[in-house]
Amino acid sequence: MLGTQVYDGFFQIVNGSFENPLLRLAVMAVVAAVLGFGFVAPFVTMAIWAERRVAARIQVRVGPNRVGWFGLLQGVADGIKFIGKEYILPSGADAFFYQFAPVLVFAAAYIGFVALPFSQFMVVADFNIALFFIFAITSLETIGVIMAGWASNNKWSMFGALRECVQVVSYEIPLMLSLLIATVMYGTMSLMQIQDMQDGAGAAGILAWGIFRSPLFMGLGAILFYTAGLASCKRAPFDLPDAESELVAGYHTEYGGMNFGMFFFAEYASMYIICAVMVLLFFGGSNFFGLEDIGVNIPLDAIGVKGVLPLYLGNLILVGKACIPYFIMLQLRWTLPRYRLDQVIDLCLKVLLPFCLVCIVGQAVWSLCGMDDWAARMFPEAVPNIGEFAKKLSAAGQ
Amino acid sequence: MPFELHTDELLVNMGPQHPSTHGVLRLMLRMDGEIIKEAIPNIGYLHRCAEKEGESLTVNQFIPYTDRMDYLGAFNNNMGIALTAEKLLALDVPKRAQYIRVCFAELNRIASHLIAVGTYGIDLGAFTPFLYAWRDRDMILDIFEKMIGARLTYSMTRVGGVLYDITPEIESDILKFCDHFDPMITEMDNLLSFNRIFVDRTAGVGLIPREQCIEWGMTGPIIRATGFDWDIRTREPYSSYEEFDFQVITGKAERGVLGDCWNRYYVRVKEMRESLKIIRQAIDKIRATQPGPDSIRAQVKKVIRIPQNEAYVRTESPRGELGFYLVSDGSDVPYRMKIRTPSFCNLSGFEEFTRGQMLADVVAVLGSIDIVLGDVDR
Repeated sequence: MLGTQVYDGFFQIVNGSFENPLLRLAVMAVVAAVLGFGFVAPFVTMAIWAERRVAARIQVRVGPNRVGWFGLLQGVADGIKFIGKEYILPSGADAFFYQFAPVLVFAAAYIGFVALPFSQFMVVADFNIALFFIFAITSLETIGVIMAGWASNNKWSMFGALRECVQVVSYEIPLMLSLLIATVMYGTMSLMQIQDMQDGAGAAGILAWGIFRSPLFMGLGAILFYTAGLASCKRAPFDLPDAESELVAGYHTEYGGMNFGMFFFAEYASMYIICAVMVLLFFGGSNFFGLEDIGVNIPLDAIGVKGVLPLYLGNLILVGKACIPYFIMLQLRWTLPRYRLDQVIDLCLKVLLPFCLVCIVGQAVWSLCGMDDWAARMFPEAVPNIGEFAKKLSAAGQ
Repeated sequence: MPFELHTDELLVNMGPQHPSTHGVLRLMLRMDGEIIKEAIPNIGYLHRCAEKEGESLTVNQFIPYTDRMDYLGAFNNNMGIALTAEKLLALDVPKRAQYIRVCFAELNRIASHLIAVGTYGIDLGAFTPFLYAWRDRDMILDIFEKMIGARLTYSMTRVGGVLYDITPEIESDILKFCDHFDPMITEMDNLLSFNRIFVDRTAGVGLIPREQCIEWGMTGPIIRATGFDWDIRTREPYSSYEEFDFQVITGKAERGVLGDCWNRYYVRVKEMRESLKIIRQAIDKIRATQPGPDSIRAQVKKVIRIPQNEAYVRTESPRGELGFYLVSDGSDVPYRMKIRTPSFCNLSGFEEFTRGQMLADVVAVLGSIDIVLGDVDR
């Protein structure tokens, strides 16, 4: 595929330039990390800007509007400020873990992007367990947060860490179970294949999206995933680990400068992961009425905008779709009060968990009855048939 | 294999620099996990010898110092000390001055309740209602600025009346504010009061029963939230409050139970509506009186010597019963000044009502009591 060609070309260049295999690996790792960062960093900067502007609009304020157009470069200015700040180690803190925690949190959120598709062609690594990989890696974030709370030698930080223990670890269960609902339907955990299955043509193509294939169970699954995702990102109304009015700033009370910046960055990166996975599983990924396929047939060596158009059109569609759940996250944060710890756990165990289990069973029955393809039967031209797709996949595998 | 888990209590210092202690209150929390074993308030960080100041200054000189006690309800403090001196001097305050006082006392009450309601949202994690409250409060502060030049510490009363007369422009500003603010209370209801999470967090939390309120001397919205109509404005009317038609708001337990955090919060919201009613009537009454220097201040001497006597006057400040006890030995400064501030009494039972609750509830209870540390420490 097109994306693979880009990466192949890149790897060929690197392979040809360095003799020493270790050096080659190191250079490839650094360059790949920088390329990935090139996507994640602007997105996070924009996300922070959007958060502040939306919050300001909701709260009858103006918000950042001085740095760049409409304050668009505010995130960059903030980053420079973070880097320029003095490094402070609180007295009595565990120096190693204090410093390691933000790095771990940052790395965990960032590695998740390895398996997260950027468009229908572009992904760093197309695992067959991509979905599982993303959430296995990003859940390392929890360890970093607990580490930060414990190492800071501050009681409020420790409370934040303990709350993180209780809340985020509990919410991993409904989060993973809600992913299982989608997995039952698609029969695969590869996000690229899941995207391909949702690729429909024309106006009826929208019915190929996961949520329309099984409106009841996948619809409920989307809500469950979103709620559990909110809690695992520590977003309001589940922002207990860094509840300002209760725990000062929770686990990052003692962090300043770029160390805090890394927590901040990780929060928005993992928010994007939640939103993007939600779009990928339930809302068709980068498919949008065939718009994503414009320019696919143009060969890659056609230099200029045309050549990279299909790469970025799909990406824009994916990010654009992910902005909608992100925007809802912002609205929730700036509207709702915060739950109490026992209420958060109540919601997890008494509401989300039973609903998840019911949805998994329901979806399994729905899929067994072949109901996933109801749209494919009605519009055979427009909507691909999941069953046939799976057959083709297994044939290709053999 | 027997496994024994050893757990310890944790002593946590909440404050004096903590986002939700509403100033420089320090709470020492003995905690078992998230459960509070004991919450001991430690006060005095803002002690400014207000009573001693009152004994070394004349009453008119002392008025600016009363601003600094309950700085969110500064006008109510000004009025309290002025009323006490007037009672001792047996002064007859002109009607127009009394109505102006009522009008601005109620405006100040709304401003204070807006802070209480808005910061209560912040305490529970909702930031936006606070800024809405701030926007509306700014209009009140603008009115005060036009009237007296100050936005927070007004020093507006003098013994015998008020400093400046109200102008028609300010009158129309106040009416404009009333028209603007009425729907904003409904907005606050929609945004916060009946929000499911907000109700979950506050209904049935931090119960303070009526008997306990009376025992601890807790007044204001706290006792009214238990369904008891204790309001000095109707019980012992001052400054012509008896001429005004308004209801004493008591808790009705639309959500939760009487005497819980939600009812304390909602009493404040409803009181803002009643205050608007009083303000509208006050403007009508002011318009019916004649302006002029004699109608805003009674004739008093330059140096006020209070006759040898003593008096206790209590008024209904936004936070509850505010009392000034003044003993005079006939000289120009009081012999003894005792100030009974509502926040101090309201905070006194805090330890008892937070025992066994969760950390998040301590913040909720503290916010619903609505203390001002200047008022607690004096």
